Amino acid sequence: MSLAVRVIPCLDVDGGRVVKGVNFVDLRDAGDPVEMARVYDAQGADELTFLDITASSGDRSTTYDIVGQTAEQVFIPLTVGGGVRAVEDVDRLLRAGADKVGINTAAIARPDVIGEIAHRFGNQVLVLSVDARRADDQPSGFEVTTHGGRRSAGIDAIEWVRRASELGAGEILLNSMDADGTQAGFDLEMIRAARGATDVPLIASGGAGRLEHFAPAVDAGADAVLAASVFHFGTLTIPAVKETLRGAGHVVR
Amino acid sequence: MTTVAVLDYGSGNLRSAVRAVERAGESRGVDVVLTADREVAEQADGLLVPGVGAFDACMKGLRAVDGERIIERRLIAGRPVLGICVGMQILFAEGIEHGVRSTGCGEWPGTVEKIQAPIVPHMGWDTVEPPADTVMFAGIESERFYFVHSYGVREWLLDAEGTAFRAPGVTWTQYGGDRFVSAVEHGPLWATQFHPEKSGDAGRRLLENWIATL
Repeated sequence: MSLAVRVIPCLDVDGGRVVKGVNFVDLRDAGDPVEMARVYDAQGADELTFLDITASSGDRSTTYDIVGQTAEQVFIPLTVGGGVRAVEDVDRLLRAGADKVGINTAAIARPDVIGEIAHRFGNQVLVLSVDARRADDQPSGFEVTTHGGRRSAGIDAIEWVRRASELGAGEILLNSMDADGTQAGFDLEMIRAARGATDVPLIASGGAGRLEHFAPAVDAGADAVLAASVFHFGTLTIPAVKETLRGAGHVVR
Repeated sequence: MTTVAVLDYGSGNLRSAVRAVERAGESRGVDVVLTADREVAEQADGLLVPGVGAFDACMKGLRAVDGERIIERRLIAGRPVLGICVGMQILFAEGIEHGVRSTGCGEWPGTVEKIQAPIVPHMGWDTVEPPADTVMFAGIESERFYFVHSYGVREWLLDAEGTAFRAPGVTWTQYGGDRFVSAVEHGPLWATQFHPEKSGDAGRRLLENWIATL
């Protein structure tokens, strides 16, 4: 037996509500993050990721409430990202009930924050989220972007994965901005390149559209697969994704 | 009324631990309290010791609330203690992180050290190999549990054969060519390297098995 490939639904939360298209049949309130977390848990999700996309930091307290309510009712691991800038933010999220915390822009601006968080809480709490896209002018052919993929950060994405792992990131969430939203499949080359640059767990994100997209991402080196809209719209279900992975010879829970 | 104290020594996902025990104890009417109070922690029917982060930091936190003594006094009286994740690791003699050696509670001999596997942290749902007479895993021997750790006990050193000790039940997990202790059941002292409070229904059943011993 071996470790199971994790299938992770991602919920974008804005001001306490799940946004970006939710189309579940059996939900009393499709915008309620706690309710959705419960449904995904029942479907067999291996973890849940909340991405707080609230623009103003003034509304963050709502996020802490939601994290707390979810942790009270859902007994699988919960990762929360968005707006994490410093050790204190991590502390508050962990106290609220998060098991892991995602960091993105703040780590690009100040890489030392990775080590600060890892030193205080251990590297297993820290998920480095990397929004990457293809770029001919970088050595690896991939660059880091910010602002939802609209701006180049001017750094090599694969080199960033390597460096962040050395600094203390416990896991890498690799999101292909080229593939994101296309539903044309994961960027397998990017996954392979990142796998070669780090020995912490790797979550593949961006591009999932069909059941047959998931196994190649794992073959390319992903330890976990993350998707949002295909699950929210019911295009694909978590049990179906797991069944397909199992059929391809991968271990699932 | 059965009472469970979750030891609050500044480490761990305390809220999740409290909720998970409440859920597992619903049918038995278990009262769960989060506390750093020595008397409450000593008197409760069960004591849960959570733990997240570094070995050394957890030991410092534990000492600050006199946790070693609380655990010791409970065990002398045969009162159940359950350590989770780093809450299990600190029960061993020592831990080595980043080359720094720290002294643990010493309930069992052995060293907590870095796992030797291609991908570390060991993160996700994995299987366990419990002993045949397991009480902890009764009915859930084949389930998967949620692990998230980079360190573990790779060698079990307590040889109880020929002594007055009852041999502890040691559960192992294989990962990436390495193997480590994933659970111990030793009289009133139980511990898991994984997180039952984050292991869905399998975790609930494990906590129910523990509560049934209180």
